Amino acid sequence: MSSIGTGYDLSVTTFSPDGRVFQIEYAAKAVDNSGTVVAIRCKDGVVMGVEKLIVSKMMLPGSNRRIHSVHRHAGMAIAGLAADGRQIVARAKGEATSYESTYGESIPVKELAERVASYVHLCTLYWWLRPFGCGVIVGGYDREGPQLYMIEPSGISYRYFGAAIGKGKQAAKTEIEKLKLSEMSCREGIIEVAKIIYKLHDEAKDKAFELELSWVCDESNLQHQKVPDELLEEAKNAATAALEEMDAD
Amino acid sequence: MDLIQIRGGNLVGHESDSQRTQYPYVTGTSVIGIKYKDGILIAADMGGSYGSTIRYKSVERIKPIGKHSLLGASGEISDFQEILRNLDELILYDNMWDDGNTLGPKEVHNYLTRMMYNRRNKFNPLWNSLVLGGVKNGQKYLGTVSMIGVHYEDNHVATGFGNHLAKPILRDEWHEDLSFEDGVRLLEKCMRVLLYRDRSAVNKLQIAKLTEEGVTVSPPYALKTHWEFNSFKNPTAGAEGSW
Repeated sequence: MSSIGTGYDLSVTTFSPDGRVFQIEYAAKAVDNSGTVVAIRCKDGVVMGVEKLIVSKMMLPGSNRRIHSVHRHAGMAIAGLAADGRQIVARAKGEATSYESTYGESIPVKELAERVASYVHLCTLYWWLRPFGCGVIVGGYDREGPQLYMIEPSGISYRYFGAAIGKGKQAAKTEIEKLKLSEMSCREGIIEVAKIIYKLHDEAKDKAFELELSWVCDESNLQHQKVPDELLEEAKNAATAALEEMDAD
Repeated sequence: MDLIQIRGGNLVGHESDSQRTQYPYVTGTSVIGIKYKDGILIAADMGGSYGSTIRYKSVERIKPIGKHSLLGASGEISDFQEILRNLDELILYDNMWDDGNTLGPKEVHNYLTRMMYNRRNKFNPLWNSLVLGGVKNGQKYLGTVSMIGVHYEDNHVATGFGNHLAKPILRDEWHEDLSFEDGVRLLEKCMRVLLYRDRSAVNKLQIAKLTEEGVTVSPPYALKTHWEFNSFKNPTAGAEGSW
């Protein structure tokens, strides 16, 4: 995957002879180095989970949020450079409120993803801007039902049943593919996402991590919110239990 | 008075640069609010007058704001809707922080005051008198903001005709720790007087209750009125030929 783009990688406005824009690929590497973000679309909603790596014991739990609400019905989980992520979230919030102001209804998730992807792409077109060093997963619930979109630093946006970005994304994707998402409810989905994140967390390389879980589903009244504390505890316990079971084998 | 402005070469500004005070078109009449034992009670009728015509009879003039506040408005209905839009965005952004803290009635009251006063300074007021009540962390709050930005808080507030007809009743009969039934009875007494005497009042009202637990806006109902006064019978008895 990695190749040295000597000479062709100094600016985002330069193509390499084989048609690649190296700056964008390097931006993607920033995303690959961050804690994993896993999201799945269940039959009644979307669940998003983040493996928030704790850099310092001095940090208060619950701070440095990686999952943000963008409007009542949609949320975003960020992987990569946190500061870049903040900008994207702010922009998404602005787009969502301006859409509602103009059209009188909540922004459809597809529209939101398109606008955010457009903005991310914008920053890959000019030499005086650098690409965003973060990947974003947008989860929302509108008239078309629950939807999940992933936006990469290149500005590409696709709709997914299940998506993962960050360090453990390969392992996460394998796990997600094993799940029967079309029959799963969000309650079950929470447990599954927690299990996946706990499973692919590398104890050796990274020390502690905090699990951040959010959902938007029928049960949450179509609002995007943090998973309620009791369910979060339940998910964490189930995930640790599953890990121990695996280790015992 | 001529406004001489220097703007990009124009010595005299365009007429469109200066706003004049508007006229209200569709208006709501009085709103009354009181504190009671468990929280706040606000009453308002559901009329929207178009000048002297009572054009709309199902206008909801009391709305919940976030989890902790209630807003009642008299005056221009379209301006009230605009205020609600602004507050909706304010509450949305507050909710999205998701940091365990939410805007309470005091903060919303202050925000409204700023909004009204700044518009007034531009000679383009939002033509409303607002009643803002709420409960947060056990603390009851009841305040009012006028269209020119005059604001204060009190145990009982009223707008429009309510100031003249309801306030005296409230001053006499309001006391600390009213029960819910007593509070409603007091409000209904005031609303009844307004119904008799305010020509823009309609007999269809809502009473909204806000406590620590949440907001309830009652379904619309009508007050019983009494017209069987002797003087109303045989009105021409003392003056034959008149009507």
